[in-house]
Amino acid sequence: MTPAVMEVRNVERHFLIDGGLFRAKRVLHAVNGVSLAVRKGEILALVGESGCGKSTLSRMMLGLLPPTNGEVQFEGVPIGDLDRIAMARRVQPVFQDPYSSLNPRKTVGAIIGLPLKVHHVCTAQERRARILETMDRVGLARRFHDVYPNQLSGGQRQRVAIARALVIRPELVICDEPTSALDVSVQSQILNLLQDLQRELGLTLVLISHNLAVVQHMATRVAVMYLGRIVEQGDTASLFRCPQHPYTQALLASILTPEPGLGVPETNLGAAFSNPLNPPSGCTFHPRCPRAMPVCSETAPRSQFHNRGTVACHLYHAADL
Amino acid sequence: MSTVLEVQGLVVRIPLTFGDLSPVRNVGFSVSTGETLCIVGESGCGKSLTSLAIMDLLPSRARRTANRISFDGVDLTAIRERDMADIRGNRMAMIFQEPMTSLNPAYTIGNQLEEAMLRHRKVARSAARERAVYLLEKVGITAAGQRLKQYPHQLSGGLRQRVMIAMGLMCGPKLLIADEPTTALDVTIQAEILHLLASLKREFDMAMILITHDLGVVARVADRVAVMYAGQVVETGTAKDVFSRPLHPYTQGLLRCVPIPGRTKPGEHLGSIPGLVPNLIGEMKGCSFRNRCLHASVECGAIDVTLQQIGPEISYRCILPVAVAAAYGLEATKA
Repeated sequence: MTPAVMEVRNVERHFLIDGGLFRAKRVLHAVNGVSLAVRKGEILALVGESGCGKSTLSRMMLGLLPPTNGEVQFEGVPIGDLDRIAMARRVQPVFQDPYSSLNPRKTVGAIIGLPLKVHHVCTAQERRARILETMDRVGLARRFHDVYPNQLSGGQRQRVAIARALVIRPELVICDEPTSALDVSVQSQILNLLQDLQRELGLTLVLISHNLAVVQHMATRVAVMYLGRIVEQGDTASLFRCPQHPYTQALLASILTPEPGLGVPETNLGAAFSNPLNPPSGCTFHPRCPRAMPVCSETAPRSQFHNRGTVACHLYHAADL
Repeated sequence: MSTVLEVQGLVVRIPLTFGDLSPVRNVGFSVSTGETLCIVGESGCGKSLTSLAIMDLLPSRARRTANRISFDGVDLTAIRERDMADIRGNRMAMIFQEPMTSLNPAYTIGNQLEEAMLRHRKVARSAARERAVYLLEKVGITAAGQRLKQYPHQLSGGLRQRVMIAMGLMCGPKLLIADEPTTALDVTIQAEILHLLASLKREFDMAMILITHDLGVVARVADRVAVMYAGQVVETGTAKDVFSRPLHPYTQGLLRCVPIPGRTKPGEHLGSIPGLVPNLIGEMKGCSFRNRCLHASVECGAIDVTLQQIGPEISYRCILPVAVAAAYGLEATKA
């Protein structure tokens, strides 16, 4: 098995939420005991509904947010021990909205070159060459070097954000919904680009997305999150072929492909998305689960390994998998 | 099936210092009772402004002209603002994209639900409340009576969108316009809301216009589809026609851009449409898609391309796929 670039070990992150005047603060368990390994050269997708903790997890993986409990390791070293600059050199983000993630008062060249400057990678002349080379790589015309972001389209801006992430040649790039702010025709260009870059540069990518069709197209491995926990993990092909967890099954069933005549699928999930401030007992998914059993409301299922991944559900016993 | 809304030659112009911006150019379509028309296109194609123009809710600077906007026998181009206000929210209702911003945070759900009914019908508040509870239950909200006292911030996104839908239905409209009703929602909730809209449409015998950029949603819920590009309708047809035999190069391109599990091979390149949407300021000549089109020729820039009608439902705005029309065994005629 290829070595893990990053390992997330039993990580928890809590936030204190103000209950209002004279009321006690309440604890929100945004991420609740997540373990995950990102292996070299793979595209790992994190999927789940809004509020399931995928962005909080990604911020912990970037070292922007310390975990409350547990540990994130980068190549065997806990990232708490690495300083911020060293960490940023090896893990870079691409954010969702290219309209707010680029400084409007800097030129494209300055935006892409900033990481080189911060990390003192090269001289000023070399820097220009590296910037232009990276622009070529992500399909940005060189004439955009001295242009400001407001003169660019959404797709071009996202290319700038990708170039900025790649210019110091990081080992891991974390893309948080990289295409969901873009139009369909532009989305496909960015996805093609990410795929080419991953292949040609041997990049490791973490792709956070709620678009399952995109995930199936891009990812080599998928982790499904629900209310702060990973409920299922596995390689993309087998997870899409035979999803184990009822939540994964419902998610996959709700993909709307552009095929007429099939109608809108039934998901059979109760309407109630549980309040993360007051999560249900036992398995947090049980109030919505079409196959819930009495045990589900009592004890939380543990993640069980099987030959294709892991699943956390009482329906399955290690022996059956 | 009777035609509820018919639009012909709808134009929206916004005067700017350096010329007129024309985000909607000569748009026409019709919807009948019990039918769902999906208007699909990318951002900036004019789909939202089209719906706002029908509702007469355009920003004050925008100018609307149309050959015909006839709703339920009433000519909307000729009526007074006061009469339009009587139709809006009554016989014609709209659901907006962002349930977070389109509900008033300072009023309770109940208050906002009852408002339209009290405005349009001579009913007592208690009757309006009864109707509100009935509709909240219809849209799948439990404990509806207590919800009326809640404020929008106390509800989740999915619930707020259900409240918006209930609000649109308060006066039993003949036409419901839903502008990106599921875009801000999670996939599992999206499926539920779409189900709900379809069943309510049947139950209340409405016509529905669904505006979206999501081809998956269109394919699954539309009876008929109008594809918009750069302010124009470039293709119309039944959902089956448009998705299985797209005629316009733009529609063909769009369909190649989306990954389809089971059909597109993972890891393979997706199709894309290179280039950018043209500037919509000033006079436009020729096909507006020609700078991104794979098949464009000199002719495309020289003549104004009209909508070619083949069959009662199918039309497209392109001079090229005459061959495609031949494949249908139909003769292409100028609209």
